[in-house]
Amino acid sequence: MGSGHGTELNLTLKVWRQKNTKASGSFETHQLTGISTDMSFLEMFDVLNEKLIHEGKEAIAFDHDCREGICGMCSMYINGRPHGPKNGVTTCQLHMRSFKNGDTIVVEPWRSAAFPVIKDLAVDRGAFDRIIASGGYVSVNTGNARDANNILIPKDAADEAFGAAACIGCGACVAACKNGSAMLFVSAKVSQLALLPQGQVERKARVLKMVAAMDEEGFGNCTNTGACEAECPKGISLENIARMNRELTSAALTYTK
Amino acid sequence: MSTGFLKTSVGKKVLMGLTGLFLVSFLVVHVSLNATIFMMDGGQTFNSGADFMAHNPVIRIVEIVLFAGLIIHILQALTLTLANKKARPVAYAKIDGAANSSWYSRSMGILGSLLLLFLVTHLSHFWIDTKIAVFKHQEHNTYLEMKEVFSHWYVVLIYLVGVIALCYHLLHGFQSAFQSLGLNHKKYTPLIKKVGVWFSIIVCLLFAAMPVCMFLNIVQ
Repeated sequence: MGSGHGTELNLTLKVWRQKNTKASGSFETHQLTGISTDMSFLEMFDVLNEKLIHEGKEAIAFDHDCREGICGMCSMYINGRPHGPKNGVTTCQLHMRSFKNGDTIVVEPWRSAAFPVIKDLAVDRGAFDRIIASGGYVSVNTGNARDANNILIPKDAADEAFGAAACIGCGACVAACKNGSAMLFVSAKVSQLALLPQGQVERKARVLKMVAAMDEEGFGNCTNTGACEAECPKGISLENIARMNRELTSAALTYTK
Repeated sequence: MSTGFLKTSVGKKVLMGLTGLFLVSFLVVHVSLNATIFMMDGGQTFNSGADFMAHNPVIRIVEIVLFAGLIIHILQALTLTLANKKARPVAYAKIDGAANSSWYSRSMGILGSLLLLFLVTHLSHFWIDTKIAVFKHQEHNTYLEMKEVFSHWYVVLIYLVGVIALCYHLLHGFQSAFQSLGLNHKKYTPLIKKVGVWFSIIVCLLFAAMPVCMFLNIVQ
């Protein structure tokens, strides 16, 4: 596994500590020795937390779940970048071999008015859930499962929809954006349904509702810097944002209800 | 719908893009007309062009629309910037912006502010005098005025800073406007980006050449 297999690192960690949403947080510095380069970033945090617990101190709160890069729960802003220095990976898939012995690593939570800090590095991404609930679905009659080929979908449309659907809703786009905009997330969710025949019925209402919900949550405005696309662990494309701009403009011009 | 649309974050982007592209179209006219100073005819073509621009009624109306577009572009940018500041109340301690975006795409506000400062200087140099001459029904030799204004090195320097700010503002703004309007396509977006880069460089080199060549007496 690359260079330095089995070697160990001594690191300085500057971690954001914040008691609760209302408290104002600050950085706490920790020295770590003997960190294996084979560890994931979260495993390094597990080691640090074990150490803190042994010392009778409070463990650092951070979000994680699957630890295999598909759930979208982990959310650390590492050395100035969401999910750390590697492209196309979540924090749980970031390994300590990406760091050098003696490095100082600054770890912060996602910083966004729409993602209030719950504690330390854990933020509340409920804003994303509320945006999805506002229109990120298709209404279908339940009943027997339909034949898979009942509705024909062109391969390129299916591929593009799948590309958009790869979004795991981690919020790195918001964290990366200098404006704290959620456009990449919302556009991925709008796109995956707008591209498929099943999504046509609610197409116009959906984009209007979801953009309204996004604006209500207090996210910033997109200035097309492309930072979101560059930092997205799932490679969601800026084309989705352009598509949402088209969808919203056309819906605003023609939707009558 | 219209007011509702312009209140959405997408609508605001669309308005920024539309006004931006409109201002770009003005740059084409402005740079083309001014480039006639390089015809080396003592400013004859240039002055007749400037005279047409100062008196033609259609241009007069377009001028008002142009100022309206500029004001909308500026006010909208200001509103959006303030809203964006609110969207991140606690700043990051460490940001590695270079890892994911170009510095000028992140500095549109600063570049735009520089442009606005430059524009005030620029209008006070030429536009106001031309207006006064039109109102007094006097002949106005804009070419000679240019020669006079650009005989000072510090003025040339201010113009160069303004043009550099314009170049970087356009490098991001040109292609960004198309993206905001939803005009993104696998076939055409690479072309739009290329055109945007060449447009920014050519227009700004031409604009920069004017004060420099006049200062160095290359254009006489």
